[in-house]
Amino acid sequence: MQAAGGVRSLAFDSKAKLHLANGETIAPLTIAFETYGALNSERSNAVLVCHGLNGDQFVASPNSVTGRPAWWPRIVGPGKPIDTNRFFVICANVLGGAMGTTGPTSIASDGQPYGLRLPPIAIPDMVRAQCMLTEALGVETLFLAIGAGFGGMQALQWASAYPKRVFACATIAAAARQSAHNIALMELGRQAIMADPDWRQGGYLAHGVRPQKGGSVARMAARIAGQPAADVRARFNEARAMERFAFAADSEGLERFDANSFLYVSRAIDAFDLAADFGGALANAFKNAETRHGVFAFSSDWRYPPDESRAIVRALMAAGAEASFVEIKTDNGHDSYLSEEPEFEAALTGFVDAAAAARGLALQGGRS
Amino acid sequence: MSQLELVHPVPAPQSAPRGDHGVIALMVGEGAKALDVGCGDGALLSLLARERRARASGVELDRAKAHACVARGLAVMQADAEIELAAFPAGAFDTVIFSRSLQGFRRPAAALREAARIGAQVIVSIGNSAHWRSRLHLLTKGVMPAPPGWGGFEQLHRWSVRDFATLAREARLKVERAAPMSHGRPGAPFAKSLWRANWFAEEAVFLLSS
Repeated sequence: MQAAGGVRSLAFDSKAKLHLANGETIAPLTIAFETYGALNSERSNAVLVCHGLNGDQFVASPNSVTGRPAWWPRIVGPGKPIDTNRFFVICANVLGGAMGTTGPTSIASDGQPYGLRLPPIAIPDMVRAQCMLTEALGVETLFLAIGAGFGGMQALQWASAYPKRVFACATIAAAARQSAHNIALMELGRQAIMADPDWRQGGYLAHGVRPQKGGSVARMAARIAGQPAADVRARFNEARAMERFAFAADSEGLERFDANSFLYVSRAIDAFDLAADFGGALANAFKNAETRHGVFAFSSDWRYPPDESRAIVRALMAAGAEASFVEIKTDNGHDSYLSEEPEFEAALTGFVDAAAAARGLALQGGRS
Repeated sequence: MSQLELVHPVPAPQSAPRGDHGVIALMVGEGAKALDVGCGDGALLSLLARERRARASGVELDRAKAHACVARGLAVMQADAEIELAAFPAGAFDTVIFSRSLQGFRRPAAALREAARIGAQVIVSIGNSAHWRSRLHLLTKGVMPAPPGWGGFEQLHRWSVRDFATLAREARLKVERAAPMSHGRPGAPFAKSLWRANWFAEEAVFLLSS
């Protein structure tokens, strides 16, 4: 284990190859991650938090590279729904990400960044890499896999691929399959990046430049999709009132945005279709699983609308899985999972606490 | 050393269970997989988990009630059962329960048939609109008596015990047992037969099988 440049990471031996779904391998593999809390002696209290697109592993502590604050402080931390006094929380930068895990910015064996030479990756590959990490950390079974949006897709993939290794699964504002309108938004981002002359056919790092313009469009597309419809209209009207054609750009964190990483990860998300490997029947993805599921959706989420969560719940019901489903009424859109939503937090806490009691984790660490 | 405390995600209710809940719990097998359709505040789900060690899940239309259930750690989905029951596979449950909820369905016979498809047995509790007091009320006043005040629950259908027996028969379900109730407790005076229960039971709990 090493802590290079303030990022804690685990470098696997080059013999420990990551086998990708398309038949290729990645070695050596490095996974950057953060942990919070302590693993208990039964190793039964591990929680894996899966981050979203353009997210990072700093779920409950400030990003040591960018200095940005923790991204999910309302949910993960001491005394929070995912109580770090009680659970051992792991959050890893996804495969293909740009915060220390092997991705297009990583240095390949020839001493140059991978760039577009990194093999295509898919969400099942990301989950397999996370599985290698949890094994290396001595965790055989996760108490909980949890994520929102793209993170929720990873959590679902965990529950489907490793049913015996996931005791409970919380899927928030997600879908079992990327919708066409999400693909369309991400496609515009990808095309903007590739149309930027500074992209240099993916080789911008070697030229010491970054496709800032294309990258800012790609990031804007992803961010707009997270905002409530009312905010999108307000931003548009604001621009129109100033006789501008475009929204005011937000450049926050843009210097850390990696265009190639966006290409790889967004393509993996767009390709996600959990039912595809099961003859198109999503219920078969959860067959005979004992995992307890909590599915949460937000009424004003137009990126992953509640109906897509309902489809997950129906499949879980059809598979005979124990599932809870709540649709939170809110105006905060997809990003509600990051905002103050007491109803969501209460439901999530109830789900987590009941699962913990069923797992024999009834003892709660004292609040500090 | 931080202090340790026990977590009770489902706090034990202090009050006695609602009458029909007590009867239903006796009809549900030990360790059964049960679905409570229209589970409300989840009181029956808690009772079944506690008393019968049942693996009980619920469906509830009311958003606030469903959320409260999930917050209490119960496996409940907020959904319109009239649509969602069709999503369950055949034989998914040992028991499917409508506790004072079937009278709120637009198409109760269809719901009963769905329930019989997904569960080996179906338990239904209903209010009896042919109780002698209701009959007297209608006879003397000429207006329908108010339905029992069940927490603002809207009854779309008013049935007598015999009406429901007919409905079950039309849904091709067999009445295995029928428990009359009065004053919120099992039993009713003179209710030795369905015909007499129709006069003297305020509520009834039916155990049906296909």
